[in-house]
Order: sequence, then C-alpha cells, then structure tokens
Amino acid sequence: MDFSYSEEQQMLKESVGKFVQQQYDFDTRNRIAAGGTGYSEENWKLFAELGWLTVPFSEADGGFGDSAVDLMVMMEEFGKAMLVEPYLASVVLSGRLLAALGSERQKAELLPMLMAGNLQLACAWAESGSRYNLANVRLSARSEGGRIILDGTKVNVLNGPSAGKLLVTARESGGAAEREGISVFLVEREANGVHVRNYANLDGGRAAKITFSEVEIPESARLGAPGGAFEALEQVVDHATVAICAQAVGALDSLLQKTVEYSKTRKQFGAHIGSFQALQHRMADMFMECQLARSITVMAAMQLDSSDSAHSKAAAASAAKSRVGKAIRKVGQEAVQIHGGIGMTDELDLAHLFRQVTGLELLFGDADFHTSRFARLQAAV
Amino acid sequence: MNADFAPEELAFREEVREFLQNEFPAELREKVDAGIRLSKDEIVRWQKILHEKGWAAPNWPVEYGGTGWTATQKHIFAMEMGLIGAPEPVPFGIKMVAPVLMAYGSEEQKQRFLPDILQSNVWWCQGYSEPNSGSDLASLKTSAVRDGDDYIVNGSKTWNTYGQYADWIFCLVRTDTTVKKQEGISFLLIDMKSPGVSHQPIYLMDGHAEVNEIFFDDVRVPAANLIGEENKGWTYAKVLLTHERTNIALVPRSTRRLRALRRAAASLDDGFGGSLLDDPVFSHRLANLEIELKALEYTELRTLASLSVGKSPGPESSILKIVGTELAQRIDELFVELAAYHSLPYLPEQLEEGFQGAPLEPGIPSGQGLVYLNNRKLSIFGGSNEIQRNIISKAVLGL
Repeated sequence: MDFSYSEEQQMLKESVGKFVQQQYDFDTRNRIAAGGTGYSEENWKLFAELGWLTVPFSEADGGFGDSAVDLMVMMEEFGKAMLVEPYLASVVLSGRLLAALGSERQKAELLPMLMAGNLQLACAWAESGSRYNLANVRLSARSEGGRIILDGTKVNVLNGPSAGKLLVTARESGGAAEREGISVFLVEREANGVHVRNYANLDGGRAAKITFSEVEIPESARLGAPGGAFEALEQVVDHATVAICAQAVGALDSLLQKTVEYSKTRKQFGAHIGSFQALQHRMADMFMECQLARSITVMAAMQLDSSDSAHSKAAAASAAKSRVGKAIRKVGQEAVQIHGGIGMTDELDLAHLFRQVTGLELLFGDADFHTSRFARLQAAV
Repeated sequence: MNADFAPEELAFREEVREFLQNEFPAELREKVDAGIRLSKDEIVRWQKILHEKGWAAPNWPVEYGGTGWTATQKHIFAMEMGLIGAPEPVPFGIKMVAPVLMAYGSEEQKQRFLPDILQSNVWWCQGYSEPNSGSDLASLKTSAVRDGDDYIVNGSKTWNTYGQYADWIFCLVRTDTTVKKQEGISFLLIDMKSPGVSHQPIYLMDGHAEVNEIFFDDVRVPAANLIGEENKGWTYAKVLLTHERTNIALVPRSTRRLRALRRAAASLDDGFGGSLLDDPVFSHRLANLEIELKALEYTELRTLASLSVGKSPGPESSILKIVGTELAQRIDELFVELAAYHSLPYLPEQLEEGFQGAPLEPGIPSGQGLVYLNNRKLSIFGGSNEIQRNIISKAVLGL
C-alpha cells in the first residue's frame, strides 16, 4: 500500500504547477476564456511540447502510459487554476475514445497529430432527451449505397466550436436506449449538413449544440465494429469521470483555502469572522468534504489502473462521482455563503471556481444518477 | 501509488483469518451475530486466547509483549476482527492506560501494572468525565490532597464504561486549585477496592447499564500511584487522546454492518411483493452509505500510510472520528427502518448477556431499535463531534 506519488508523477505535478503559477494567473485565464476560441493556441502548443497531451495514451499508441493516477495528478492542478484549454474534451474524452475504438490505420492517422497539438477533437454523445444515459442515442446512422447518412442533434459538445473532427455517437440498429446498435463516427466539423451553434458553459469552456442534417460520410469513418461502440464509450466516460473528479478535488481545495484565508482577514463586529464558531464548524465540514472527495478519487483512480473487472471499475467511478458531487455542492455553496456579498461578484476568482465545480457536478451525471448506477452495479454483483 | 497489500501482508491476512476462524469461539460468534452482549468472563476468555497467540496488544512495542506490527498489519488485524465480529480488547487497559504507563510511568509502575493488563488479569476503567465536566474536561473538580505518603481523593466520575467490572481506575484529579485549570491536574491510578470507592449504574435509554457513576469519599491512595509529575496530568491525558487513533473510524464494524444490511434487505419483503432492495429509495440510501464507507476507508488508509512514513497522526484524524461515528449512526438508522415494526419491541433483556430465549422474530435483525438508541453515544463520547470540529478548525485550518 503506497499513497505517495512516483518520481514521474511528482515531476508531472511540478511541471503543471509551475506552468499554472507562472503563466496562468486569474487575469490571464479570464483573458483567454474571453478570446475568440476560448483557449490559447500558444498554451496548447506548449502542452504538446511538455508531453502533457500524451499522458492518457498507452505506450503502444505512442503515449506516456495511460495511467489514471498520472491523469489525476494533472487534472487536480488544472482544477485549481480553472484551466479553460480543452484538455478533457479533446484529449481525455475524444482521444481516448479514438484510441479505444479506432483501427490501427485510423489511430496512426490521427493520434500522433492529436498528441503533437495539431488536431482538436470533440465528442458528441449527449442528446436533448438522453440526460446521463450513454445508451440513449437517437441520432440515426443509415447505410445507403455504401455511404452512411447521419441525422439528428447533439448537445453539450465540449470543444465543439474548435474541433476539426467530431466523434459522434449514432444508432445503427436497436431501440432508443439499447446498448447494442450504437456506433461512433468521425465527422469533419466543416462537412455539409453540420450546423454548429456555439456557446460558453458555466465553467468557462466552450461547447456547442450540433445538428446533423442528412450528413453523408464514408463507411471508413466508423470507429470499430458496426453497432458495437457502447462498451468502449462507457469505459472511456468512466475514465473521464474520474478525471473530472480530480479536477474538482483541486478546485475544492482552492475554494476551501480561499474561504479560510478570507475569514482570517474579514472583520465584522470587531472580530475576524473566522473567530466565530458558527463559521469555524462549517469550514471544518468543508475540510472534511475535501478530504473525503480526495480519498474516493484516489480510490477510483487506483482501481482504474488495476486489473479489476470493468464492472468494478464502473462501480468505483460512480462511487467517486457521487461522493465528489455531494462535496461540490457543499463546499461550493458554503464558500460563497461564508464570503458573503463579495463571494457573489464576478470580479472574484471564487465565483469562477464555483461556476467551474458546478459544471463538473453535472457533467457525466450528478450525485443521484451515480448513486443509482452504483446501486444497480452492486445489486448485480 | 497503489492500494495493494504486499505479499507478506497478504500472508499475514491469511494467518489472521485462519486464526480467527479456528479460535474465535463459536458460541461467542453466535451471540455477537445475534446482537447479544458478551459477559465479562466471555470477553476476558477471548482476550486470553488472543494473548496466548501473542496478539493481545497490537499497539504495544515488542519489549512490553506487544506485536511490533506495522500500521498496515494493525489495520489488517482490526479489519479481520471486525468482519468476523470478534470484540477488540477492552480499550481502557491495553489502549489507554498502558501507553501512558510506558511513556511516563516509573519502572516499578510498569513492572507492577503492564503484565496484568497484557494478560487480562486486571480490568481497567477510565475516570475522566465528571457530572459537571463533559466537553470542558479540564474543569474537573475531583480533588486529591496530599497527606503524608497518600493522596486523599474526593469527588465523582461519570460515564465509566464497564466500571462495574473494573479492578482499577485511572483518574484525572485536581491537585492544584490556584493555577490555570489545565495546570493543576494529575494522573492517578486508584484501586477500585479501596475503602470509600462506590459506584452506581446509570441506565441508558436502551435499558442497559454499561456506564456508571463512581464516587470517591475520602479515598486514601498511595502517592506511589501517581503517574509522572504532579500537575502534569493534562499533558499525559492529551498524549493518551492523540496516541491511539487507530480504528476510531469504525471501518471494520461499518463494513460488517453494511454487508449484513444488504443481505437482509435482499431477503426481506418490501410489503408490496418485492424485496426491500427493489425499493429504489431504500436501495439509493444503502448505496450512499456504501459509497461513504469507501470514502472513509480510503481516508483512513491515507492517514495510515502517512503514519507509516513517519508523520504523526495529527489533528487530521479528528475527521475519522466525526465521519466514522456519523456513518455508523446512519447505518443504525437504516437498520431500524429495515426492520420496520420489528424495531419497536423494547426488550432489553433479549440483548443482555445470558439471554437464552428465542428471539421474537427469527430471521429478522432484532433489537435494532435498541442499537440505534445506544449508538447515539458515538458522536458524544471520546470528545464530542463538535469538539472534533473545534480541533479541525483550530489545529488544521488555523482559525
């Protein structure tokens, strides 16, 4: 049993930490987020140079090793700094889905470009009526004379506005929420019939609602076997779920730290508000939530890296997201409350941390969703 | 970073499992499974079995007859004991007074008391709380006045768990009333058979008297029974409180209880033709407790791992007390709801040692209502959970 970081993980942590401290202060971050693409091309090139874009890929695919614990180390630092670059959407989610489903030829064509920072990807999995059910895919894919025709709409396509290529889940056969019959297709964002409506999300990142109107693509655009993508999709999303738990853990620590610091300087009734027991106990509770969220994220990341069954890994991911989701609600709301009026303002980084974690709370399923999923998985043991 | 046990730790776990399977007496196991309390004789019998194996004192150094185990081995041992329901050694001797004796006792005191603690020949109880000194422990008033080679002790102590069984009591007593309250306290060992010591059971709301009030009426205590220096008792007591933080999270017990809860829920009717586990609300609540246990268990493991690389347990371990006891209480609540009407009978005698009758409702966890009542104590004793939050806010957050 060992809970310390390896030398490589320590270096990764320091590398990200140094970048964030020296080149990613709150004002810089806000400037980047408000810019045209919502992220910095320059930073993305730097991430590639530093090797960060290779972290969640196996050595066989030319990556750093695809360890969930390595990824956790990075995501935690990203969370503290509220990084807006589309690392999760493009690399962790889309890149790993491509690595899981793509043929050797498809991977050889795209993964090196992705890891070199020359390609942005987005994954279009959610639909207006799907909520958090990954199997609820209605966007249709029908074969016509050796071509595939896509028709339907996706929502919350993270990094949709900037992605050169989209990974789109589509139904080739079966009923609306069946696990069988779902495929993933690679679609050029500029293809005919693809309509992208851009918007910013709560967390400062960019997303899109994308409509596919009779979009024609070749058979070769399919990743993996026809109708057989669900299992890989679920595992990739579980992995990304634990990654955002780590991102949240970093952000929650920042929220707690900023709240404690503020309570030591803000005076009311002639005393620092941190000297009031009513607030002290609430901050003690925030501390506990941060610790529990960290513990269960560590547990899940280690389980993803183990040789356990996919079933156990899914249960671990859901346990983590459920518990972290509760911690987010508690720590985020208390941080704003203890700051009082100033905590409401857009000027303060606190509000942006709160917005970030609120986004993470819902992404890939909220606490209730994951508790129910965990319960179903437990009952099926 | 990995959560795997090393091969030698896995081998140790096997050894512990095999020992417990073979040596934890079946009749005790049946009682524990049925929620019936063990008698003093039964507890002592089990402790002596552990002693024969050399496992009576996991937290003691080898020189005193302890195991010399690593933090991980202690964790494995506590977990396996908890999973099978084997009671831990009564803490007052092994876990509480003994470390103080080792750290601050004279050579003569160590020789005199430690072997009997290890062999479970002497039963100890704790004399800390007083009727008017609860969370504000340092305000205690029981006085010890020096008279020649003795102290004369007057006052009373309360909430003495198993005081009715005890041969000896370790007490915090006031030896100086003129200084700051923490600086006038001494740590004194008192023979319960001394003239002037009496006790009265306190019946709790579950109908059981596991605690007592103990009265000292001009009790003559040899000054040789003073630990360390006069008026330094508060320092020793604090060391005692932070010294032994293992298993305050109740992870083994909660693991066992939650497994039992899931098994029972799968077998009990929900009253509408399915099992209770089919009820989405019940199943959701059970899952939330299981998830909380995982978060708690890994928090404990992380604390443990930092201990084994030489950091001190520190005030962070208050989190284990708060989360551990509150989770245990939530499990008790869900058990009460699981048993529904069967939680209502107030039959304390069914849980008393020596109960031989048939349970009212075979196959349904009985006495859960009483367990629920009894375990409200968890968030109150050992430094109430509010005191623990004070510790976190002051010592961890610097407020």
